[in-house]
Amino acid sequence: MQVFGVKLPAMSSLLLWGLLWEIVGQMGLTFFVPPLSQVFATLFEIIGTPPFLKALWETGYAFFMGVFFAIVIGIPVGILMGKSRFLDELLLPWVNIFVSAPLTALVPVLMVLFGFGLTSIIITTTLFAIWIIILNARAGVRQINRSLVDMARSFGASPLDAFTKIYFWAALPEILGGVRIGVIRAVKGVIIGQLLISIVGFGALFELYASNFLMGHFWAVLIILFALAFSISEFLGYLERKVAYYAAKR
Amino acid sequence: MAMSQIDTPFADASMAAPESAVSVRGVSKNYGAVEALKNMSLEFPKGQLTSLLGPSGCGKTTLLKIIAGLIPADSGTIEVGGKAITGPGDDRAFVFQDFALLPWANVLRNVAFGLELRGVAKSEREAIAETYIANVGLAGFEKAFPHELSGGMRQRVGLARALSVDSQVLLLDEPFSAVDEQTRRKFQEDLLSLVENENKTFIFVTHSIEEAVYVSDQIAILLPRPSRVSEIIRPSSFRNKGVENIRRDPEYLDIVDEIWASLRNYVE
Repeated sequence: MQVFGVKLPAMSSLLLWGLLWEIVGQMGLTFFVPPLSQVFATLFEIIGTPPFLKALWETGYAFFMGVFFAIVIGIPVGILMGKSRFLDELLLPWVNIFVSAPLTALVPVLMVLFGFGLTSIIITTTLFAIWIIILNARAGVRQINRSLVDMARSFGASPLDAFTKIYFWAALPEILGGVRIGVIRAVKGVIIGQLLISIVGFGALFELYASNFLMGHFWAVLIILFALAFSISEFLGYLERKVAYYAAKR
Repeated sequence: MAMSQIDTPFADASMAAPESAVSVRGVSKNYGAVEALKNMSLEFPKGQLTSLLGPSGCGKTTLLKIIAGLIPADSGTIEVGGKAITGPGDDRAFVFQDFALLPWANVLRNVAFGLELRGVAKSEREAIAETYIANVGLAGFEKAFPHELSGGMRQRVGLARALSVDSQVLLLDEPFSAVDEQTRRKFQEDLLSLVENENKTFIFVTHSIEEAVYVSDQIAILLPRPSRVSEIIRPSSFRNKGVENIRRDPEYLDIVDEIWASLRNYVE
């Protein structure tokens, strides 16, 4: 962003919005928006407390387990779909349905199937993240240069070699893009799971603060959650840029 | 030296046919209703370079890929070193038109990749790869990535990879068509010395008449619709006159003209 010819550092617009928030908050227009300074004061107040750390652990655990399963299932499935016409025709309709489906509506079904515990929350998180990961891995494999595959075969690559040494790496830029979007979706999934299935983790904090009109606390947790999601997403974006040098030249 | 037996114009006619490294017998291949190859037979003499030359659509790349084992033939057999092939094998190495390098791997790993797939230990394959990297004139570029190299240098990497697996037969699919003209000429000269020194059998697909005549011990002219070997030409007199004299040799010029005369009707 440039203002009067001066290049401002990335995200300096946030300062402006933060200022606006502070002004609106100080004016006391609505209990819903406390001043930003108060939100940050609350943030530093609660960040070390046992209830917060417990919530962070519960949410973090469900989140990382959900993302883990989405990645270890999603990437191979996507690669196999990209490689095999048969698997592709078999699975693609389902993937396309689920990638755009309102998954929140499925959560009650998961509760019936898997109970009210951690399992259902992890599965919800996985379901939010996995479809875009599959689609991206598939897209990455489908644009692979045929002669790379021929090359591997001509030098006697086993199917496993071709998978781990050619297909995975050739599709890596798209795979990372898919994982990045999947992780952002997984944040939604884990919070929705913790609100709807069992009131634990950050979901429980949101529920507690919102029902007691503790808006400072509410916004503080939301900001922490946003910061965490943003950091993970930026880290994956950084990995994506590291492989971008060959993304255009496969 | 591999080709010393054909010093004089009629030497090969008076001798027994040279031993074949690769034999193509009655190979047919259809793509749906399109006949890509029909009952094709061809012998590739050991230690020599044979070009497959013809207009586009004559099936020369298809034939090369069938010999490589990348495409199955519908009927007929391919023998390499006397054994019928069923797929890709250690006895053949392929050089690709678009180089087919791993863009995420450096030159050293790319050159060693054939050996890596064949299960050679890391230190051993890298030692072999470094030798061939130096042989193709890329010493000092071991840590470079393909996108940092010119087209000609990339094909040198592809060539080094094919050489480092030490296969008896090298299959080259229009290897110089994606590099510039000057690099191409240098490649052709280097290829001649490679044929002379490596004692391997080269099968070379090209669409350039001059290139085929320049580098070949034997040229198979392929014609399309239906695909067939129309003629086999064995240049004989200019091979040992030195690389800089070939392009002015009367026989070289005659053969180029002759091939053009038979191909011109097939060019749209």
